[in-house]
Amino acid sequence: MPITQTEVEKIARLANLELTPDETQLFSEQLAAIVEYVDQLNELDTSAVKAWQPASAGNVQTSHATRPDLTEPSLGHEKALAQAPDHDEGHFLVPRVIGG
Amino acid sequence: MKEGWEAVIGLEVHAQLNTDSKIFCACSTQFGQEPNENTCPVCLGLPGALPVLNREAVSNAGKAALALNLHINEESIFARKNYFYPDLPKGYQISQYDKPFSEHGAVEILTSERDEGGRPTEWQLKRFRITRAHIEEDAGKSVHDLGDPSKSHVNLNRAGTPLLEIVSEPDFRTSWEAYDYVGFLRRTLQYIGVCDGNMEEGNLRCDANVSVRPAGQEKLGTRAEIKNVNSLRFLQKAIDYEIDRQISLIEAGGVIVQETRLWNEKEGKTYTMRSKEDAHDYRYFPEPDLPPLEVSSEWVETLKAELPELPEARRQRFMREYELNADEAFTLTGERALAEYFETAANAAQNHRAAANWILSELLRELKNAEIDISACKISAADLGGLIRLIDDKTISGKIAKDVFADMFATGKAPGDIVKEKGLVQITDTGAIEKIVDEVIAANPKPVENYRAGKTALMGFFVGQVLKASGGKANPAAVNEILKQKLDG
Repeated sequence: MPITQTEVEKIARLANLELTPDETQLFSEQLAAIVEYVDQLNELDTSAVKAWQPASAGNVQTSHATRPDLTEPSLGHEKALAQAPDHDEGHFLVPRVIGG
Repeated sequence: MKEGWEAVIGLEVHAQLNTDSKIFCACSTQFGQEPNENTCPVCLGLPGALPVLNREAVSNAGKAALALNLHINEESIFARKNYFYPDLPKGYQISQYDKPFSEHGAVEILTSERDEGGRPTEWQLKRFRITRAHIEEDAGKSVHDLGDPSKSHVNLNRAGTPLLEIVSEPDFRTSWEAYDYVGFLRRTLQYIGVCDGNMEEGNLRCDANVSVRPAGQEKLGTRAEIKNVNSLRFLQKAIDYEIDRQISLIEAGGVIVQETRLWNEKEGKTYTMRSKEDAHDYRYFPEPDLPPLEVSSEWVETLKAELPELPEARRQRFMREYELNADEAFTLTGERALAEYFETAANAAQNHRAAANWILSELLRELKNAEIDISACKISAADLGGLIRLIDDKTISGKIAKDVFADMFATGKAPGDIVKEKGLVQITDTGAIEKIVDEVIAANPKPVENYRAGKTALMGFFVGQVLKASGGKANPAAVNEILKQKLDG
């Protein structure tokens, strides 16, 4: 399945990546090869298989897959910020983003 | 709206579900903490951390779904909604997409256009469809104007707060329909105790999709999404502004672009925020860290049994049972506590008309002046009913009752005690009233002469004098009768 350069550019934009024209060309070939490889799975008949097999779901009130509404101590802001590249007045600092 | 045009409005409401802990981790949802205080590896999006669903959030979502007549799916799937923003640390929001928690709902609510003074013109029962209500997590909060202007500040305390996103069909045609619907949602969610519904605090948030088309045209126009409205009134004004903007633009030969616009209350305008990303740009896919959410019909039945009477049903019952008009019933069912207060007072008074009048005029005014909530009101509902009975059995006059009411409001004392303490019992003893009447007649020879000469309008003066002399305690009907006898006779 071919992947056009336009598609690669769109994916790159959604993933916040800047690609050079050479990279765009290279990735469109590589992505096409990967998709083609994965496409082999379509040969299997999966009509009887659920899209998602619940491991431990079941009744929402009793299942191990859910938790009761109880709080536990959080990390606290000092620990939370300890590994941040930049912080100020208890906040993570990031390059300015405009709008909301 | 301008003649020849029709607006089409759809609404997305995000309701914060009341829980103590966040939706996928045990951090507190409490507000007002130091920034980033309520955070942990899960809500910070640290590598390797895994989400576990809070079952109370699911119960709350279930109650809301039932109250909005939505069908709860036996199985729903969590999905990752991918986008980049600094207050979304994982790079995706855990939401639901093609298999939501609940769908196919509808509500029938009373709605009305308003006149220029904001008064409802005619209440009508209308049906609005709800596409779906799904469970998701909230993002954090970015602040752009703190300190260094080249930086944004990120606080992740709110990240992971449980939300219910309630998506309507584009069934609204006017801004007031939208206003009444969101007001209805807010009251309903507050009633069933699943959301505080405080729009100013962002507890309940609303986005509106607005488009216009020539009246009679089937095809929908291009829509703009309005965000950032934090009150019902702003929502209504923002929608009206947007409808006018789109009509003017099209009439001037312009084209509507699909985009997100922000409401600016100060200027009363909407502004472009960003062009709208198409749904597939979010690259939704099933969340592999969470199993499908399965709910049983028994669980749904348990939730149903826990639901109280819903506000719209109660409003319609109040109109039927207590013979209230739509506006009165609307006010009295606005808050669950107020509705319960009214019913208790009405039963205690055995006079529901008087109970409604006292609450709608005196009590609500006093509460407003004192800036307190009905739950903090010192007058118990039973005591208000007691006060009304004292009037009805003629123990006190309506005028004295207002003073007793003021006393009750300030002190919380029972009306009977106040009446006894202050000796306010109405004088119905004709002998006692006669005595006062005689004194008043004796003290006012000139008016008596004029009255007898035909100036019968002076009767009001005499009644006033007698009531005053009795300290307001004389029964006005008895005073009238005795005065008439003495003056005419």
